[in-house]
Amino acid sequence: MAGALNYINATKGLKSWIFTVDHKRIGIMYLAFVLLSFFLGGMFALLLRFELLTPSTLYLTAKQYNQVFTLHGAIMVFLFIVPSIPASLGNFFLPIQLGAIDVAFPKLNLASLWIYVLGAVFCFYSIVGGSIDTGWTFYTPYSSSTDTSVIPMVLGVFILGFSSILTGINFIVTVHKMRAPGLTWFKMPLFIWALYSTAIIQVLATPVLAITLLLLALERTIGIGIFDPALGGDPVLFQHFFWFYSHPAVYIMILPAMGVISEVVATFCKKKLFGYELMAYSSLAIAFISFLVWGHHLYVSGQSPYATMLFSLLTFLVGIPSGIKVFNWIATMYKGTIDLKSPFLYFLSFIFLFTIGGFTGVVLGSLSLDIHLHDTYFVVAHFHYVMMGGTVMAFLAGLHYWWPKMFGKMYSELAARIAFVFVFVGFNLVFFIQFIMGSKGMPRRYYNYLPEFQPYHVLSTLGSWVLAVGFFIMLGYFIHSLMKGKTAPENPWGSSALEWKTASPPTTFNFDKNLDYIDHGPYDYPEENK
Amino acid sequence: MSKEKQIDSLVDYGTTWLPGSYSTLSDIVDVQFNAILWLSVFGTLGITLVTLYFCLKYKRTQKNLVSKSQIDHNARIEIIWTVIPFIIVMGIFYWGFRDYLRLTVAPEDTMEIRVTGEKWRWYFEYPGTGKRPSDDLVVPVGQAVKLVMSSKDVLHSFYIPNFRLKRDVQPNRYSHIWFEATKIGTFQIFCTEYCGDQHSNMGANLIVMSKNDFEAWKEVGEDTETPLPILGKRLYKSKACNACHSIDGSNVIGPTWKNAYGANRELESGEVVLIDDNYIRESIVYPGKKIAKGYPNVMNSYAGLLSDREINALIEFIKTLKED
Amino acid sequence: MSGSKLGNVAHHFENAYQQFSSAKLGMWLFIVQEILFFSALFVAYAVYRGMHPEMFVDAHHHLSWKMGGINTLVLIFSSFTMAMSIRTAQLNQRLQSFWYLGTTLFCACIFMVIKFFEYAEKIHHGYLPSVWFSGEGIYETMHIFFGIYFTMTGLHGLHVLVGMGLIIWLMLETRKGKYNSEYFTPVEMVGLYWHLVDLIWIFLFPLLYLIG
Repeated sequence: MAGALNYINATKGLKSWIFTVDHKRIGIMYLAFVLLSFFLGGMFALLLRFELLTPSTLYLTAKQYNQVFTLHGAIMVFLFIVPSIPASLGNFFLPIQLGAIDVAFPKLNLASLWIYVLGAVFCFYSIVGGSIDTGWTFYTPYSSSTDTSVIPMVLGVFILGFSSILTGINFIVTVHKMRAPGLTWFKMPLFIWALYSTAIIQVLATPVLAITLLLLALERTIGIGIFDPALGGDPVLFQHFFWFYSHPAVYIMILPAMGVISEVVATFCKKKLFGYELMAYSSLAIAFISFLVWGHHLYVSGQSPYATMLFSLLTFLVGIPSGIKVFNWIATMYKGTIDLKSPFLYFLSFIFLFTIGGFTGVVLGSLSLDIHLHDTYFVVAHFHYVMMGGTVMAFLAGLHYWWPKMFGKMYSELAARIAFVFVFVGFNLVFFIQFIMGSKGMPRRYYNYLPEFQPYHVLSTLGSWVLAVGFFIMLGYFIHSLMKGKTAPENPWGSSALEWKTASPPTTFNFDKNLDYIDHGPYDYPEENK
Repeated sequence: MSKEKQIDSLVDYGTTWLPGSYSTLSDIVDVQFNAILWLSVFGTLGITLVTLYFCLKYKRTQKNLVSKSQIDHNARIEIIWTVIPFIIVMGIFYWGFRDYLRLTVAPEDTMEIRVTGEKWRWYFEYPGTGKRPSDDLVVPVGQAVKLVMSSKDVLHSFYIPNFRLKRDVQPNRYSHIWFEATKIGTFQIFCTEYCGDQHSNMGANLIVMSKNDFEAWKEVGEDTETPLPILGKRLYKSKACNACHSIDGSNVIGPTWKNAYGANRELESGEVVLIDDNYIRESIVYPGKKIAKGYPNVMNSYAGLLSDREINALIEFIKTLKED
Repeated sequence: MSGSKLGNVAHHFENAYQQFSSAKLGMWLFIVQEILFFSALFVAYAVYRGMHPEMFVDAHHHLSWKMGGINTLVLIFSSFTMAMSIRTAQLNQRLQSFWYLGTTLFCACIFMVIKFFEYAEKIHHGYLPSVWFSGEGIYETMHIFFGIYFTMTGLHGLHVLVGMGLIIWLMLETRKGKYNSEYFTPVEMVGLYWHLVDLIWIFLFPLLYLIG
């Protein structure tokens, strides 16, 4: 295997990577950028948690703190989590899982990557040149009047949006048009269904963010007056426009993660996914309903009580498919043969943490409770549980699962388990206490706080260091794997999925021989003879 | 955050998860919160235990290399785990909506108080009384109170944790909140919509008094007794001057007051002015007229919000900050 | 790959049909997202018109419905010539396709010139967004209407310019003989884009020029 021609060594030189149209190389480059963004966003998190060790000033001024939390949010949302799974793992594995040679528009894929980089450049310019301090939500009128560097960030996000839209278009067309012979819709792996549903949201929701940010930029430059009350505009209109994208955006974040989780549980339990069709439909349902619930971010903003009631009702509806998915994953474990390797450990932590995140979403969906909890640390804890405890854990599961396939190398299972413990424990230390802080009344985005909250904050900050240690250990063993890891076999986990029928790493055109007509489902495992 | 009155601690009172509950409706919110909390705890525990049990029971060993069953459907259980959660969440929706109506729809007979938020302070006005704008929200216990709120600049949000109440405060329209306090004491008000640098210092006191004390407080006119420099020092904090101006020489958002009186100051325009009584008065009432060089033009005017005596008090206080 | 005399089938497609239908689906998805891009502006229009109904009716009198009407007819006609350029490309009528594209381009130029005159007139009379508004009118909030007018028509105009660039490219490629009955995908894709640009204008025109 080692030394054979694969997508990594097939052609050499920087230019062959920069101008590649190979979806796998594009996926790997995305992976590098996305991990870099995670590291950067994480650094900002550590900085802000450090400031919060004391109730008053420690080492940042108020303005600097506000800039740090804004950048943490904006980098994590736009540079890391939205592209994370689709652009890296999705780009790499979607065509392979469909039995295709590449995505429908490989050059567009490459464009999508470099557009992402361009957007990131604008965001970095914003960081170094008078960093923005509006919060990642850019609410007006503060964002239309603050003197910090809003426009570069807003333009950067606009450009990143294009990258996301192009990836979405590419994936939808690939799934429709390029499935291998015999691979009907209901024989596709759930990862594909997840990416497909995500792509629909990417195409439909992102343009609304684009126009919203464009209007904000126009507001700041020529004072067009759409959001500024002094000119007859309405600041709450901004919130409606912003959340019309940003709520579906959180499903862009979680749906691919759910897809990865389905793949991991099937492989590590050697079992067919329980309730496969409903899982596929529920991904589509989540994508559809996600467009109807944006108003739950505006319960206390002053929107009409009728709208508020409707949004609450729909918000509860959207939780049901997610709950069904959790039950289906657990049912998949039933009577399987369970291999507790590190990808599966991340699966387990996803189930636990996403469940907590989900239940707290139910709490927030209730109108009377949200009045008390809105804009407190309870919300911060909720979204970190679903985004980090959910998406990031699933991303790590997918990374550990598919690492041997992508790089042809194994990593140290022992080191992975140690890192897992730090990550899992650290995460809960940081964020669980924030639920209590929030329900006790601690507001979010607070630079100073009442001294009585200090013990909570100190615990949370200590947790952030434990979490950071876990990630540094992870960085260590992954780098070691690339340089000195054991060569990976074609199918180290014994999975029946199509991507494991390629070499590790795959050749440039994925499959060395024409695929046989696909006449079986995606999770084809034997059953013990009775 | 500076406070001179003893505010009941949010952390020390109440339960593990919630602060003290001091309005007529805060208890009903707590009932639902606790109910869903326990539901979530049991739900999570149940899911976790089943998962861990499966991990142990179906662990891959030499004796368990092939799955015992490839079962992937069970109509009955799938219906149960769809319908039951659906019923539960619809119940929670209804419960939340019903309580929401009670929390937001004010009763007929309320006492109105005007609330204004601006970067970075709140002030409260009592229509129908002769009271000057107050820095504290003072209310009588056992009386339904309705707050009519607006902002002078960006979005803010008015949050009383002990009453479980919150509402965004906007610059282009009025928003409302109502409550009836059940306990005498001093409680915390926060701003909970990010509004810039001093967002976390934009708190206020909610002082609940007995009805008699409240009537007496309403009658209290302007403070004409306290010596001016001492009154000025008090106002420095209660009018939130301290949010932007330090008295120890450090740079916050605006120029420090230390050694300011009698000094020469260069303005944005290049002009150099003497900091005297007139300059200070003008800076309080028309802050945008003379901007000190290197500082932003972000101060809201206090026109109409400070009496002449209060302005004099501040001037006298600033004079005391001059080191000879 | 499979038998295509003059068109190239990319390495990752099985055949020309798969390539063409993929391009078509991709283009439709792009168009859907463009519609959503403009949709927020239509929502803003609805919200502000709802808040200031009389002002909107009054302000729109300052727009010339005649010029807007001519522009509408010009764009509709250009959609027709665009469709003809696709048809003739499919029928291997290279010269006719080239001239239909040219006519479409010419129509777009007329559109932009008329637009230029409209804008110049507004600027001259001070009917501008926000703080630059210095025009005459009984309503104090007229700048809101013009903010929306300039944003919507300006963004639309940008899309027309992009379309013009694409048509010029198509004309150059047509001259080189790139398109024929086997391969006319780019012409059809630009055609779809052009129809979208036309469609958006067809909604803009009555909402801005014909109310009241």
